[in-house]
Amino acid sequence: MSLIEISDLYYSYPGFEAKVLKGITVNIDKGSFTGIVGPCGAGKTTFSLTLNGLIPHLIGGKMTGSVVVDGLNTMEHPIADLSLKIGMIFQDPRAQLSGSGLTVEEEVAFGLQNLGVPREEILERISKALIDVGLSGFEERSPFELSGGEQQRLAIATVLAMEPDIFILDEPFAQLDPMGVEEVASIVGELNKKFGKTVILVENNTEILANFADRILVMEAGKIVADGSPREIFTDIEYLENTGVIPLQVTELAHLLKKEGKWDKEYPLTEDEALKEIKRIFFW
Amino acid sequence: MDQIKNEKEEPIIKIRDLHFSYPSGYEALKGINLNIFKGEVLAIIGRNGAGKTTLVKHFNGLLKATSGEVLVNGLNAKEHAVSRLAKIVGYVFQNPADQIFSSNLWDEVAFGPKNLRFSKEEIDSNVENSLKMVGLLNKKDTHPYDLIFSERKLLCIASVLAMDPQVIIIDEPETGQDYWGIKKLIEIIKEYESIQRSIVLISHNLALVAECAERVIVMNDGKIVGDTFTPDILSNIEMLSKARLKPPQIIRLTLGLSKWNVPKELITVRKLAKYLSGL
Ligand SMILES: Nc1ncnc2c1ncn2[C@@H]1O[C@H](COP(=O)(O)OP(=O)(O)O)[C@@H](O)[C@H]1O
Ligand SMILES: Nc1ncnc2c1ncn2[C@@H]1O[C@H](COP(=O)(O)OP(=O)(O)O)[C@@H](O)[C@H]1O
Ligand SMILES: [Mg+2]
Ligand SMILES: [Mg+2]
Repeated sequence: MSLIEISDLYYSYPGFEAKVLKGITVNIDKGSFTGIVGPCGAGKTTFSLTLNGLIPHLIGGKMTGSVVVDGLNTMEHPIADLSLKIGMIFQDPRAQLSGSGLTVEEEVAFGLQNLGVPREEILERISKALIDVGLSGFEERSPFELSGGEQQRLAIATVLAMEPDIFILDEPFAQLDPMGVEEVASIVGELNKKFGKTVILVENNTEILANFADRILVMEAGKIVADGSPREIFTDIEYLENTGVIPLQVTELAHLLKKEGKWDKEYPLTEDEALKEIKRIFFW
Repeated sequence: MDQIKNEKEEPIIKIRDLHFSYPSGYEALKGINLNIFKGEVLAIIGRNGAGKTTLVKHFNGLLKATSGEVLVNGLNAKEHAVSRLAKIVGYVFQNPADQIFSSNLWDEVAFGPKNLRFSKEEIDSNVENSLKMVGLLNKKDTHPYDLIFSERKLLCIASVLAMDPQVIIIDEPETGQDYWGIKKLIEIIKEYESIQRSIVLISHNLALVAECAERVIVMNDGKIVGDTFTPDILSNIEMLSKARLKPPQIIRLTLGLSKWNVPKELITVRKLAKYLSGL
């Protein structure tokens, strides 16, 4: 049995006829790291929202098929039960912030107080989460007086502190600086590798996904149109470009060289792989 | 660094020893000196919180210097209303929600030029051209909130283009964009550059910066710590890492090939591919 089982999922937003999810059937295993890529408007965010029950409970609309998370059918269980298992980091950090925390520290505490976590432990978890996202020292700052990237780090910290088993992250790196992307990605990677957490990462940063994910789903127009390892998916450059996914730069390079008859091997995903081949082809 | 452009040329934006503190007392800018010239594409890069957004909000008067001077086409930005400066400098916000308020795309984009009292003909042609440039003309009657996030960001760019400013500032436009969105951005920037406007691009996507910008300034902790030609900045790992940045994959590869005399100016995939093909 898989940790998350989705079958024949269709969905349309309230007041709209058009289906945004059009027959999704997929299982996600416990402890896996799944990347979801696809063009804007493909339905990636909508799909994520079905996993933690915000669809249909909070957002409404018409949903058919089923989503079962760790044995709980999301249609039959309230968001509160699901949120103990699944933590979601939203695309827009400001959607994440409760608005009731006057300081960064209070904002992280908010969810924990609601869970009834004891005070001592709350303080510990806050400090750890803020260190993880690089916001220690920001405890007393107002969430509304942070830069965009700092708000995104805070949003991530609020979810880390809740310590759910499953993390869904919807383009969490969008406003982070390059080192921030690496730091947060490695925290998420560690949650997965070291603590066995299940991670679903919606992200068009293929370089990060190639480093961390063990499986890639491609979404297009409300469907999952491809399902494979990062290497299988990311080396098919023409397919990626046709679906609106940004290829890795070294893979694109190999593709351009191949068109010139100058590349004969499998496409690389990392600069080390590329370096090795280029040495062999051009500089031996 | 001003030697990049003709020294005799007057900069459109001239900043001298700018300091700025937020009302909370936080000093976000600590002595900025910068010239921006006509027709150049300048990128501003730096870690989250470095002061990029705070800096550019001084160009159109959204923020007023605590000390020092910001001259926009010779006008002291401190002494002029945002509406006066908007004819010269347009700012596309980092977050589209801060900017959208009409009920269809056409009105949204027409809002700026109307406010600036452009003629009816000018408004119509500017709105049409701007929507066309960002690829949203076919959705002109749509409600902005029915656009997906990436399109909303392009809409915000169109709204500013329609005022036809001499300088356009685009704050992290890559956020939430897919392959096509990034391609579109590159096209928009190149097209605007070709009509001799200046573009200030704030971005964490250093591949986009490598593609579009001639000159890059690096900010860290409220200061400018680097200001020179793009290849020199993007291949300077030491400077970048001090500012908590990292070169994009292709530049890391190019640098790895330097012992075979591969020139470090090859900062885009196409440039490196062309060079290697020619070997
Ligand atoms: N609240 C909503 N109401 C109606 N339609 C929506 C809503 N949110 C998203 N959509 C539509 O659903 C489709 C999928 O959107 P989304 O899930 O955000 O895609 P992605 O995350 O892949 O960019 C888009 O066509 C979008 O316009
Ligand atoms: N309204 C505000 N009040 C107080 N401090 C602010 C405010 N806005 C931003 N800051 C602080 O100023 C610094 C620079 O912010 P910003 O210019 O937005 O950074 P960047 O755009 O480089 O990410 C950050 O440390 C941020 O926390
Ligand atoms: Mg989305
Ligand atoms: Mg900013």
